[in-house]
Amino acid sequence: MHPIEYASPNTREQAVKLLGTDPAAAAPFAGGSDLLGLMKDGVETPKRLVSLKGIAGLTGVRSESGGLRIGALTVLDDLAADAALGFEYPAVTAAAGRLAGPQIRNVATLGGNLLQRPRCWYYRNGFGLLALRDGKSMVVDGDYRYHAILGNEGPAYFVSPSTLAPVLVAVGAQAVLFGPQGERRIELEKLYRIPKQPGEREHDLRPGEILTEVHLPPAAGRKVASYEVRQRTSLDWSLATASVALEMLPDGKVTQARVVLGQVAPMPWVALAAAEVLKGKQIDVALATQAGEAAVHSAVALEKNRYKIQLAKTAVKRALIAAAGIIEDE
Amino acid sequence: MADQADSKTDAKAATWPKAEDRRLLGQRISRLDGPAKASGRAKYTYDIKPPGMLWGKMLRCPHAHARLTALDVAPAQGMPGVKAVMAVQKPGAEIQWSFDEIAAVAATSEALAEAALKAIKVEYEVLPHFVTEEKLAAAPQVNPGKEETEGDAAGALAAAEVKIKGSYFAAPVAHNCMEAHGQICHWTEPDHLTAWCSTQAVSGAASQFAEGLGIPAANVRVIADYVGGGFGSKFNVDRWGIVCAQLAKLANAPVKIMLDRHSELAVAGDRPSAFAEIEVGAKKDGTLTAWTSKSWGSGGPGGAGNPPLPYVFQIPNRKHQHSAVPTHRASSRAWRAPNHPQAAFLTMSALDDLAAALGMNPYDVVAQNLSITGRLEKIYREELEIADQLMGFRQRWHPRGDATKGPIKRGLGMSLHTWGGRGHRSNCEVTIHPDATAEAKISSQDIGTGTRTVIAVVLADSLGLPLDAVQVRIGDSRYPASSASGGSTTVGGVSSATRRAALAALDQVFAKAAPELKAQPEELEAAEGKIRVKAAPDRSLTWKQAMALFGRSPVTATGANPGAGNLTDSGVGGVQMADVTVDVETGILKIQKMVAVQDCGLIVDLKTAESQVYGSLIMGISTALAEEKVIDPVTGMTLNHDFETYKMAGFGDIGELVVRMMTGPGYDERGVIGVGEPPMVSPLAAIANAAANAIGVRVPWAPLTPRRVLDALSTKGVA
Repeated sequence: MHPIEYASPNTREQAVKLLGTDPAAAAPFAGGSDLLGLMKDGVETPKRLVSLKGIAGLTGVRSESGGLRIGALTVLDDLAADAALGFEYPAVTAAAGRLAGPQIRNVATLGGNLLQRPRCWYYRNGFGLLALRDGKSMVVDGDYRYHAILGNEGPAYFVSPSTLAPVLVAVGAQAVLFGPQGERRIELEKLYRIPKQPGEREHDLRPGEILTEVHLPPAAGRKVASYEVRQRTSLDWSLATASVALEMLPDGKVTQARVVLGQVAPMPWVALAAAEVLKGKQIDVALATQAGEAAVHSAVALEKNRYKIQLAKTAVKRALIAAAGIIEDE
Repeated sequence: MADQADSKTDAKAATWPKAEDRRLLGQRISRLDGPAKASGRAKYTYDIKPPGMLWGKMLRCPHAHARLTALDVAPAQGMPGVKAVMAVQKPGAEIQWSFDEIAAVAATSEALAEAALKAIKVEYEVLPHFVTEEKLAAAPQVNPGKEETEGDAAGALAAAEVKIKGSYFAAPVAHNCMEAHGQICHWTEPDHLTAWCSTQAVSGAASQFAEGLGIPAANVRVIADYVGGGFGSKFNVDRWGIVCAQLAKLANAPVKIMLDRHSELAVAGDRPSAFAEIEVGAKKDGTLTAWTSKSWGSGGPGGAGNPPLPYVFQIPNRKHQHSAVPTHRASSRAWRAPNHPQAAFLTMSALDDLAAALGMNPYDVVAQNLSITGRLEKIYREELEIADQLMGFRQRWHPRGDATKGPIKRGLGMSLHTWGGRGHRSNCEVTIHPDATAEAKISSQDIGTGTRTVIAVVLADSLGLPLDAVQVRIGDSRYPASSASGGSTTVGGVSSATRRAALAALDQVFAKAAPELKAQPEELEAAEGKIRVKAAPDRSLTWKQAMALFGRSPVTATGANPGAGNLTDSGVGGVQMADVTVDVETGILKIQKMVAVQDCGLIVDLKTAESQVYGSLIMGISTALAEEKVIDPVTGMTLNHDFETYKMAGFGDIGELVVRMMTGPGYDERGVIGVGEPPMVSPLAAIANAAANAIGVRVPWAPLTPRRVLDALSTKGVA
């Protein structure tokens, strides 16, 4: 690892100034559970780390009439244990409490989870986010067993790694960003994008901008659930996840639905077609299955990642069954 | 006369004590170095840091196949903290695998060593590589082995009442020792080297250093107090060992090179891949009549080992042929029971598929054919029954395909295995001090198996002393020579040598004590801290009184294996059963329960023996569920070179493990036999069979990842 400068500002303004305008030169530093590994492997080489830990007001969950405000530096264990969040959105605290392992959850932050870099092994081996060699994707000719089946027109084939992003996007979270031009607030969904050329990142943070808060609207009776397909019980990345948020009438008819897939596309994947299937209907196993099919309708896979279509389909079905509170065997 | 008496004593056939005379042997004894290891007081090679030590690092080639066209290490010389720089390969060299060593540096910190590596100028001409041996037809080179035949395989197959044909594939897996490969080299004099080395072969490493460095072997001292695992990957000092000593020489300071996890997974060996196309034929009653197999695999440039097919069952009419496929990846190394886990997976899968075609419980097919398993038949038969009781196999078994509603399917599977495990060549020196404490010196390493503890148990039991009155000194090439820890040979070797040395020491003590006790030496025994007359235990001397007969001198004696008397044997049998669930909508396989019934002759320490079986089950489950070295077709590099992407089973993944060791008459009298490897052979086979029983189709690929399970379900088990 090369020598680095470590800056520890105590205001957002100082942090933004210290970050400057070149994201490759200075990186915001929160839990560090992802960034330090990338630096040790020489994949990312920032010359300056700007710690966000000394800035007041970036941690904790606060309840307001308009919902919940969560500081971006809240560590995942605190998030998982937060009573107010657990009361409003048990699916979110459950997802936070399940991910990685205790050591990671003790240092990793909400912001870091949402903005961590993809786990693509070509990127992690220093071949770049798009893994292009002579203009050709190494992924497509290589081993893509964990790569994208949706939003994979190329050249990006990695998958968005965040476990929390899908469920937060499903419930309509907003991201509060602070940068040289001050504060802005966007839908969390809009924070993510699929890079089209080298140099572009997988998110919409502008130079010098940091994520300071995530706002969650009140659950207002919506049914929210996630299903994760994970090979190992702990310390493993999901192979596919689905998060759903349902607004339902007393008779069980769905009036609004959000279905968001994780680990299957270069960004949290909002499955509009799946939501469409659910609208105006009561959820049963057959409808949940149908929504699962719709969610992967446009999926494109090859030999090595074909299984992920089945996993995504099942994750949607099982998340819907959990959210609707029905038992599959009935 | 005295000489004659001595030689008579030496030739006396050593035996193990009878069951009623064993006080420590066969008990459950916690390993003596457990507290030191758990508290961190135990110093592994990784922990050693002599004063002035430098950090060695190696520049590695990023290409799987290339010619080194230019190498200039000069820019690294004179950089801050850099004390030695050297080329490891010369321009013109053809590099055969990714991450091969090119140059090396030693510096005062790891960071400075890494910075120096970056300054080295190196150029390659990249050559085409081949790393996808599963596609046999695409291989540029295939080295077919000789055909092994017995009887008329083709004829018997044609005549078989029932037959099946199947293809089965096992991916290469890594060793993943907790402690990586490496050493610290320290020249104590210009031609005297001390090396702390993470090795499975303390005695052998000294000679290897001597040979590689051109110095007398007597000038080399190798130390390995504690070794963080080997599993077959640490028999050689390796190029990095010799380079480490050379850097230390250049820098005139001790140098440490330990591989990082990336290098460890890239170049420090693996278990070769194994693929096979198999046909098996049987009579309607399940009697096996015919076998043909064509197998191939790769373990790097040299190809790969030949799995012994058919495994365990010597089917009367059989034909087997194996081809080695050279690939551009680092050479495989012995991996806990070399070739056997693959052979068991390939054979037991085919036999399980045959049982399904016969409409029979695989238990019955196995039982029906035990007569062709050779001399272990009786052992297998006894073990099968016990395993059945522990698993409820026959009672709970259902035909292939769990008909239960819902996506979670449950199934049972089983496998058998065998291994040698005869004690290796080993020497022990026993010293009994005037204060009635004793020590054993053997150069053997303890690679984590409990070797230190079994030596202590044998010594204390033989001398009738409590465990805390004995000390074991191992892990130093200055002690009496002992062979490498490979092939499950260590426990038999060190326990036999220790037993013989202890008995020889006792002979001296008995000779002195006999007149005092008014008895003949052969009428005496050492028990309960005393030297006493067997027939009249009241006539005794305490150990201290007996030692006083020698004045202030300790008694010393040596023992060797092999030697007179049968203290060790070869050939163990084991039976394992697996109970698994498979989610057919996600392909997630979960272990519910594993049963392992294992024989290893006379057990020295029941607890460390059982630990070997538990460890094997966990490692085997891991290879069945997740382990797989992923070699990139594009670059030829190991893509999963950390423990995030090289997936291994965790505590939540291993299920309930039940271990039963076979002991007592029929087992104990065979002597001590190794158990480190045999229980590692069957888990994959048993789990793969349980998965097929659960979901109704064969998953022909190991590991049985969600992808492989779902692929098998969608193709109905056709590979």
